[in-house]
Amino acid sequence: MADRGGTSSGGGGNGAPELAKKSRKPKYSRFSQQELPACKPILTPGWVITAFISIGVIFIPIGLASLFASQRVVEIVDRYDRDCIPRNVSDDGVGFIEDAKANKTCVRTLTVQKQMKSPIYVYYQISNFYQNHRRYVKSRDDKQLWSPKNERSSSDCKPEDFTSNGQPIIPCGLIAWSMFNDTYKFSVKDKVLEVNKKGIAWKSDREHKFGSDVYPKNFQSGALIGGAKLNSSIPLSQQEDLIVWMRPAALPTFRKLYGKIEVDLEPNDNITVIIENNYNTYSFGGNKKLVLSTTSWMGGKNDFLGVAYLTIGGLCLFLAISFILVYVLKPRPLGDPSYLSWNRNAAGHLN
Amino acid sequence: MVLLSTSDPTGIAYVQTINLDGESNLKTRYAKQETLSKTPEKEKVNGFIKCEKPNRNIYGFQANMEIDGKRLSLGPSNIILRGCELKNTAWAIGVAVHAGRETKAMLNSSGAPSKRSRLETRMNVEIIILSIFLIALCSIVSVFAAIWLRRHRDDLDTLPFYRRKDFSEAKPKNYKYYGWGWEIFFTFLMSVIVFQIMIPISLYISMELVRVGQAYFMIRDGGMYDEASNSRFQCRALNINEDLGQIKYVFSDKTGTLTENKMEFRCASIWGVDYSGSKGDLQSEQVAHEVEVDGMIFRPKMIVRTDPELLQLAKVGRESQRGKHVYDFFLALASCNTIVPFVVDTPDPSVKLIDYQGESPDEQALAYAAAAYGFMLIERTSGHIIIDFWGEKQRFNVLGLHEFDSDRKRMSVILGCPDKSVKVFVKGADTTMFSVIDRTLNKSVIQTTEGHLHSYSSLGLRTLVVGMRELNNSEFEQWHFAFVDASTALMGRAALLRKVANNIESNLRVLGASAIEDKLQQGVPDAIESLRMADIKVWVLTGDKQETAISIGYSSKLLTSKMTQIVINSNSKESCRKSLDDAIVMAKKLTSGSIVSHNMEGSSGAVITPVGLIIDGTSLVYVLDSELEEQLFKLASMCSVVLCCRVAPLQKAGIVALVKKRTSDMTLAIGDGANDVSMIQCADVGVGISGQEGRQAVMASDFAMGQFRFLVPLLLVHGHWNYQRMGYMILYNFYRNAVFVLILFWYVLFTCFTLTTAINEWSSMLYSIIYTSVPTIVVGILDKDLSKRTLLKHPQLYGAGHRQEAYNSKLFWLTMVDTLWQSVVAFFVPLLAYWNSTIDAPSIGDLWTLAAVILVNLHLAMDVVRWTWITHAAIWGSIVATWICVVCIDAIPMMPGYWAIFHIGGTPVFWWCLLIIVIAALVPHFVVKFIYQYYFPCDIQIAREAEKFGNLRGHGAIEIEMNPILEPHQR
Repeated sequence: MADRGGTSSGGGGNGAPELAKKSRKPKYSRFSQQELPACKPILTPGWVITAFISIGVIFIPIGLASLFASQRVVEIVDRYDRDCIPRNVSDDGVGFIEDAKANKTCVRTLTVQKQMKSPIYVYYQISNFYQNHRRYVKSRDDKQLWSPKNERSSSDCKPEDFTSNGQPIIPCGLIAWSMFNDTYKFSVKDKVLEVNKKGIAWKSDREHKFGSDVYPKNFQSGALIGGAKLNSSIPLSQQEDLIVWMRPAALPTFRKLYGKIEVDLEPNDNITVIIENNYNTYSFGGNKKLVLSTTSWMGGKNDFLGVAYLTIGGLCLFLAISFILVYVLKPRPLGDPSYLSWNRNAAGHLN
Repeated sequence: MVLLSTSDPTGIAYVQTINLDGESNLKTRYAKQETLSKTPEKEKVNGFIKCEKPNRNIYGFQANMEIDGKRLSLGPSNIILRGCELKNTAWAIGVAVHAGRETKAMLNSSGAPSKRSRLETRMNVEIIILSIFLIALCSIVSVFAAIWLRRHRDDLDTLPFYRRKDFSEAKPKNYKYYGWGWEIFFTFLMSVIVFQIMIPISLYISMELVRVGQAYFMIRDGGMYDEASNSRFQCRALNINEDLGQIKYVFSDKTGTLTENKMEFRCASIWGVDYSGSKGDLQSEQVAHEVEVDGMIFRPKMIVRTDPELLQLAKVGRESQRGKHVYDFFLALASCNTIVPFVVDTPDPSVKLIDYQGESPDEQALAYAAAAYGFMLIERTSGHIIIDFWGEKQRFNVLGLHEFDSDRKRMSVILGCPDKSVKVFVKGADTTMFSVIDRTLNKSVIQTTEGHLHSYSSLGLRTLVVGMRELNNSEFEQWHFAFVDASTALMGRAALLRKVANNIESNLRVLGASAIEDKLQQGVPDAIESLRMADIKVWVLTGDKQETAISIGYSSKLLTSKMTQIVINSNSKESCRKSLDDAIVMAKKLTSGSIVSHNMEGSSGAVITPVGLIIDGTSLVYVLDSELEEQLFKLASMCSVVLCCRVAPLQKAGIVALVKKRTSDMTLAIGDGANDVSMIQCADVGVGISGQEGRQAVMASDFAMGQFRFLVPLLLVHGHWNYQRMGYMILYNFYRNAVFVLILFWYVLFTCFTLTTAINEWSSMLYSIIYTSVPTIVVGILDKDLSKRTLLKHPQLYGAGHRQEAYNSKLFWLTMVDTLWQSVVAFFVPLLAYWNSTIDAPSIGDLWTLAAVILVNLHLAMDVVRWTWITHAAIWGSIVATWICVVCIDAIPMMPGYWAIFHIGGTPVFWWCLLIIVIAALVPHFVVKFIYQYYFPCDIQIAREAEKFGNLRGHGAIEIEMNPILEPHQR
């Protein structure tokens, strides 16, 4: 005991044996005995049927509403990549587009079917362009876009990172390099339709992602020109076409906002579009489309959600009805012990 | 270490061997008389010890010592092993014979066999399937990537989104392109990296966490706390919790497991007269016998019920012929043992308690009984014992002691009485005793004793027969010579001693028989009944004799009167084969029963006569390790109860191995003693009872508890829960990760097979760490499909584990199909909704992330049975945490997806997409779940409904049977 007192400090020597003698019975608590209050929902037929009916009742109106909204959107889509190549070189699109001297101007006429209320959004749509390709997505440098201090920061941009004499390219990388450079000029009845190109990019990108003191440098100065050139006196934060382009599209067929037309277009208006067909989609077999579209609260023209909602809503109603039928025809009392497997044999024996 | 001398003048050292074999009682070790007087400090002791090579047998030691020209034998009682603690002994001097790694303690330490749960083994098969699936996904991606590269091989140089060549230098060279083959190879590797969460590595971690949680609840279960031994449930193995839900065979030891191993002397038959304590005057006889010596009152620690008539006879002493027999009988009980009496102080200084410490509880019981009848053993040294006979101290010289061994099954002591006569007292099991009893003497006594023995053992009492013989001088001399010779022999001492013992233990006069009650542990019959109803086969493997085993079987409801017993006692392989064959035929006839009726629904009921198999150790010798094993197993699987009696420890393991080898069913072995260790280690799940027989079993076990009856809550409640939880958790984890991987995979098909992920890299990393991990762990720990009460009330519900209802390949494939559907919905709804739009990758990626997380969490929520506040917090908390994480990631300007969530979140399409994804994805699961629950309900489902609506309350068997008749009338 004396030894033990020495090792334990002070009066603790007395407490230790007492503790050891104490019952080790686990202290009762609702938690440790797994008896916390709990609710145990069970899928009763009533509950399930109600759930299905309410899903149906909620979904069908949503479906109808979005379908209606989608139908109200007026959209003009014009594919121009094939038609904007002169007939004589129609089987050599790549050659034509790479020929710097060729006249790339192309005139298209679009007819407005229904009245289009402003704002009318102008998009270009490219297909078969894998903006989500791993090599492509990575080929950018967000730090460089944000601050002039980081102009030499990245090697992600290869091969469009430095010029052959070692000067940094701003903005660097394949994404910026391959920027879309077709231009559109619209006119109705010889009256020019102004296309507002301000505010087409996200405000957040303009203010926080692209620096207002970062200016393009050495851009498109290499041997191979990928696309648009930038005015090197305008900071990146105001190069909205670039900002739009730099948001990588999710899918190989994508639209990007070109601008907004802020006047209403009447039915049977003929819009003349003068297109500078510069952008090379011919090398990868992509097509280019010009899209004029109004919007609704659901966004652009897309019937899918409406149809999906109607389908699911209908399916749920159908399920609800069939469950009701089955429930009426062949009910099973809930919690009836006679259905327990070890009672079933006994029950069968009695009958 | 060989003892030379100790602080005790008689050379006794008391040691506790709790570190070696776990037994907490004191054992005595003796120093040899010849070395006692030597004090090494003062004089040099010269001697020579010859001993056996180091071995791991802690109960055996053979050596001899030559000192002062004398040769002395040394046995296990002369040595102190490493790991022992000296008690009540101030000092001891000895010679170390083995040291370091050669000590018995070190030789005995071996690692416990590692066990792996059945569920985990099965899970590994499914993981292999998933791996194949993963490789398939990666291969698909690689092949498509190869085709794409091949088709565009001419365009790659200038392709705006590929740009193979770097034109900034004079001679354009390939940039980040290593050739067609390498690109494909890199694609494959990259796809492995992107899709690797298909293999749920985190599942292993979650499983461990869940098991820790389950163990916590098992340990904390107040229902499994044993008041008597103050022991909680112990979880010693952490990785087989869920196996407890699938146990099909329980192998139980009897002594200390089914029974308390607290022996109580119940009755005696002396010289053909049965003295079974009458019940009427129990209270009056409860007063313990006390002895006053030197002004101090000695009182045995344990109070034994006494028979007044016998007490009277014992008091009267040797005057009458009957009294003489009684005297001899109790003298035998008091002396023929290895009990060491200890004097324990009580608060009252004049009263001392005598505590008998010994190796066998039977001996303790007998010594206490003798003390109660006035034959109080007060002192024992290696040379003599002192017995207080009604206040009169008598000293007996112990001339020789033949210890109990399992071959002879008896022990004997040769006493030199105060009246100079030499007597040999023998006590042992009846089978071996009657063979050494002189049957010519007192035939009637032998017969009546045999009759009494039979009636005792049919009451479930343990019986011992006591015999004696007076030795004349020549016999004694002859024996003494042989004994000394044998006990100093170096080679084959045990055999020699046995021979000596056999010689002296012959022609005995039967004195009588004692019966000790081996009390059943509390709640054992109910526990066995529950286990049987749960369709768990209970096999009892005991070292006891057949009659005792059967009687214990009856008293513990293991055997019922309805049961047909098949007994196999064979002495040769041939007869064994024959009886097995017969038994199989008979069992077949009984168990197949007669199909009683066919009713309109076509279900049939059969009346089955349960069969109990009783087989003894001698038969098992022929059966085990021979071709008969197969037959025994066939027979045993037809029987509902198997009792094996007279089995050796290794045979126990052999039987467990027999079952384990031939079935895929889980086995559980429960036992408390050192003899059960092999069985416990052999079985899939080993349970140790922390009882009387030491702690070896606990040390070897996976779970340890205080009482046998805790097996019921352990298996039926915790085992069931653990199994259900773990099974669901594994499936859910497969599903959860596969949904995410498939969403990634579908997207890869739209990215030129280049493994770009729209979903942010951080999100895909956090997916299985933060977004979805906590709810599965919480549900895995806390969800309860049924309440404890229901599970205990309907042990049949345990069958869910036997039928592998919570985890099987059908469920796995169903889950995988569901996974496929859900991933398709979650991926393609946003894809189509945003088709031909300005959507950018990070935005749609956020939508996919959130959709996947909400989806899998709601899927879990749908399957949760019990919603406690913790479950609510975990599930809804995870969804909220995901939102916060996504928002935070999108608030970093350096990320490509800067502000995406705010933009997309501002459009109604985003929200409509989320809503329809969740509903459309979960509808099939919901419908299938409902149809299964409502039209093909499993037992658990019905019980759950009953629990909720209270229908099961008070349903007796009759009401249950009446329900189907009443039902049609009501409709």
